[in-house]
Amino acid sequence: MARIGVFICHCGENISATVHVVKVAEEIGKLKGVAHSVEYKYMCSDPGQSLVIDAIKEKKLTGVVVAACSPRMHEPTFRKACENAGLNPFLCEMANLREHCSWVHEKNETTTEKAIDIVRTLVAKVQQNAALQPIKVPVTKKALVIGGGVAGIQTALDIANCGHKVIMVERSPSIGGHMSQLSETFPTLDCSQCILTPRMVEVAQHPNITLYTYAEVEGLEGFIGNFKVKIRKKSKSLDEKLCTGCGLCTTKCPQKKIPSEFEQGLGFRTAIYVPFPQAVPNKPVIDKENCTYYQKGKCKVCEKVCPTKAIRYDQPDEIIEEEIGAIVLATGFEIKRTDFFPEYGQGRYKDVIDGLQFERLASASGPTKGVIRRPSDNEIPKRIAFIACAGSRDPAKGIEYCSKICCMYTAKHAMLYKHKVHEGDAYVFYMDIRAGGKMYDEFVRRAIEEDNVHYVRSRVSTIYERGGKYILKVADTLMGAQPQEMEFDMVVLATAGVSSPGAEELAQTLHVSYDQHKFFAEAHPKLKPVETNTAGIFLAGACQTTRDIPDSVSMASGAAVKVAALFSQNELTRDPLIAHVNRMGPPMYSTCVGCFMCQSVCPYQAIEREEIKTRDGKVIKTLAKINEGLCQGCGTCIALCRSKSIDLYGYTNQQVYTEVTALLNEL
Amino acid sequence: MSDFEPKIVAFVCNWCTYAGADLTGTSRIKYAPNVKIIRFPCTGRIDFMLLMKAFQNGADGIIVSGCHPNDCHYSTGNFHARRRWMTFRELMDYMGVDTERITFSWVSAAEGARWAEIVNTTTEKVRKLGPYTNYQNLVKLGIEEEL
Repeated sequence: MARIGVFICHCGENISATVHVVKVAEEIGKLKGVAHSVEYKYMCSDPGQSLVIDAIKEKKLTGVVVAACSPRMHEPTFRKACENAGLNPFLCEMANLREHCSWVHEKNETTTEKAIDIVRTLVAKVQQNAALQPIKVPVTKKALVIGGGVAGIQTALDIANCGHKVIMVERSPSIGGHMSQLSETFPTLDCSQCILTPRMVEVAQHPNITLYTYAEVEGLEGFIGNFKVKIRKKSKSLDEKLCTGCGLCTTKCPQKKIPSEFEQGLGFRTAIYVPFPQAVPNKPVIDKENCTYYQKGKCKVCEKVCPTKAIRYDQPDEIIEEEIGAIVLATGFEIKRTDFFPEYGQGRYKDVIDGLQFERLASASGPTKGVIRRPSDNEIPKRIAFIACAGSRDPAKGIEYCSKICCMYTAKHAMLYKHKVHEGDAYVFYMDIRAGGKMYDEFVRRAIEEDNVHYVRSRVSTIYERGGKYILKVADTLMGAQPQEMEFDMVVLATAGVSSPGAEELAQTLHVSYDQHKFFAEAHPKLKPVETNTAGIFLAGACQTTRDIPDSVSMASGAAVKVAALFSQNELTRDPLIAHVNRMGPPMYSTCVGCFMCQSVCPYQAIEREEIKTRDGKVIKTLAKINEGLCQGCGTCIALCRSKSIDLYGYTNQQVYTEVTALLNEL
Repeated sequence: MSDFEPKIVAFVCNWCTYAGADLTGTSRIKYAPNVKIIRFPCTGRIDFMLLMKAFQNGADGIIVSGCHPNDCHYSTGNFHARRRWMTFRELMDYMGVDTERITFSWVSAAEGARWAEIVNTTTEKVRKLGPYTNYQNLVKLGIEEEL
C-alpha cells in the first residue's frame, strides 16, 4: 500500500490568495494512498523542508508530492530533501499550483477545485514512480577543437593550459582563420597578425596540443565523455618530419598564377604553397588540382629541388581515430562574395570588392604591400565608396539578420583608407550604424569627426561602370533628397557574414542542431550560449552567429571552461530519465520485434542492435537496445514503438496514462 | 448549455510550452481554468492513444503543444509530433472522432501571452461545441473498452 505525503505550500500569499490551501490539504488527505497531507507557509524554507524530511521518516512515506511552484523552479530542492531523508529522489513529484493555477486564475471555488485536480493527478502519478539510480559514465579527458581560427586557438590554449590534451583539426593548410587575413583590428587599430601569430605558434608548440591541419572530421560516434572521432588528414604530398620549411619548392614551382585563397584572389600562389609567410605549420602542401605533375604526369620540380627529399607524390589520405571526451566547434564564418549582388555588378567589376579583399589591400603583407590600389589598373583610388549592409538585414536576399561586424569594419576601412590616402575622399553608405561595444561608438565618431569620412544614410540601388569610374545611384534619406548619381574609383561592399561552407554537413555528422542560416544552434540563447543541445559539444566564435574578435575570444574561453568543468570529474552523473526496452526470459526475451523504427527517429543515435545468441553463438533474436550514455530521454521512440516495448523512466506509459485518468476522474 | 464548463487536457513539452505556461503565471496573465496541464519531456513522447484515453475519460477538448519547428530541445521531437498529428488527424476524422476538439500548436518558453490566448480560444471553441458525449457514449456502449 502506497503511503504518499502531500505538502501544500502557501508561497506566502502567492498561492493562498486565490487557492483555499486548507481545503486542498483536507480533500487530498481523503484520497486513497495518501498518508499525510499538510499545508505550510513556505515549503522551500528550511522549516518547510524539515516538514518533508520528518514526515518521510516518521510516517515511512513511499512517495512525496510537493504542491507549490513550478518543478522547473524547486524540483531539485525537494528531491534533494527526499534524498536526505532516505527516500529515492525520483519518488518526489511537484504539483504546479502557483504558475499554472493561483497566478493565472481569480479567487473562487473553481480555482481551488483545479488545484485539487492538479495535486490529485500528481498523487496518482507518484504512486507509479520507480526508484531510479543516477547513471554514471566515465570521462575521457581529451578535447577536440574543430577549426583553427582565433576562437579555436583561444579555446585550445585555455583547455591545454588546464592540463588537458587537445586535438585541433583545421581544414586549410594553416591555422589562423580570417583573423590572420586582417590588416588592422577595431577599435584599437592594432595589427591583427602581430597579436595573432604568437598565439598560433603557442598552439604549435604546446605539449598538450596535437595539431592536424589540412584535415577534416569525417565521423563521430559515442556520447558525452566518450566520443570516438574519425579525422581525415588529407595528403599534403609531403613528409612533414623531413620538411624543414625552407620554402625552396614554392619559389621554384612553375605554376605561379593560381589565385591565392589567402589573398582573396587579389594575389597569386604556386601549386606547392604555404598560404602565408607566418603560417603554422610553416610547411607546404601540394594543390593537386593545379599541380602539373598530378594533372599531366610530369614536372617533379619540387622533388628535385627539395634538399631533404621530403616530397611524397604517392602519399595517401590518412584516417585518424581518436577517443575524446568533449568537442568545441569553432568553424567560424564566411562572407558573401561580390558575385552575390546582381545590382552591384555580380562580380564583373574588378574594383568592386568585398571587405576581406580590402583587408588584404590594406595589409602590409598583402599583394600591394599595404598601398590601396585598384585591382583593375593598380591606380590609387581618389574617391572610394563603402556600402554597409550589403546583403545583411535584407529578407529579399534571405539574410534578414544583422551581420554585426560590418559597421565597425567599414568604419575601420574608411579610416585606414584616409590614413593611407590623405587627399582621398571616403564615403560610407549605411542604413543604421550599430556600434555597440566598448570604445566602438567612439571609434565610428573618430572616423567621422577626425578622419572626415562622409557618412551618408542611403541604400545604394545600383552600381554601373562608365569610363573606368563606378557610378552609384544613391539618395540621402536624412536630407530627404532625390536620388542622384555619384562617381567613385573603387567600391567596397561590407557583405553579409554567413555560415562557413560545410557547416550543415558537419552539424549532421556531429548531430548538433543548426538554425535556418546554417549557424550552429546554442542550447539556450541567454543562459546556455556556448552549449549545444548535444551534451559534450560546445560552441565558440562565429560558427554560432557572426561575431567580432573580442566576442569570439570571450566565447572561446567560456567554452574552454565548460570543457574543463566536464574534465574535472572522473565520472559523469546524469538523470536516469531515459528510455529502455523491456526484457523478459526466454523464449520471448522482449516484446521488441526488432523493426528498428525507433532507430530511424532517434535524434541521438542511441538505439543499438542487441543480438540474443545461444551458447554456440547462433542468433535467436535481434532486439533494440538503448545506449544509456547517448539517450537524452525525449521519448520519441516510445510514442512510435508499435509493440509498446520501449518505455521512458520518469514518464512511463503507466505513469502518463494514470495521470490522464486521474486528472479527469474524481476518485 | 450556458453553464457548461468544458474539461480540457493539455499535453505539453517540458522545455517550451510548460515553461511558456510558467511565464504566463509569472506575468500574472489570467486565463480560463478549464485547461489542466500534463507535462512530457517532448511532444515527440506524446502517444496519440493518450488523446483517445483522455476523450474516453471525459475530456471535451485537448491541446497538444510544444516547441516551434527548429526549436526542439531534442532537435526533432516536435517534427515527429507534427507528422503524427497530420496522420492521426486523418485517421481520427475517418473514425468519427471530432478533431475540431484537438488544438495542435507551438508555444515557446517566451510566449506566455500566447499560451493564455490558446487556452482561452480553445476553451471558447470547445464550449461552443458542447460536451463530447458522443465518444463517451461509445465507451458506455462497450464499443470502447471500459476502464
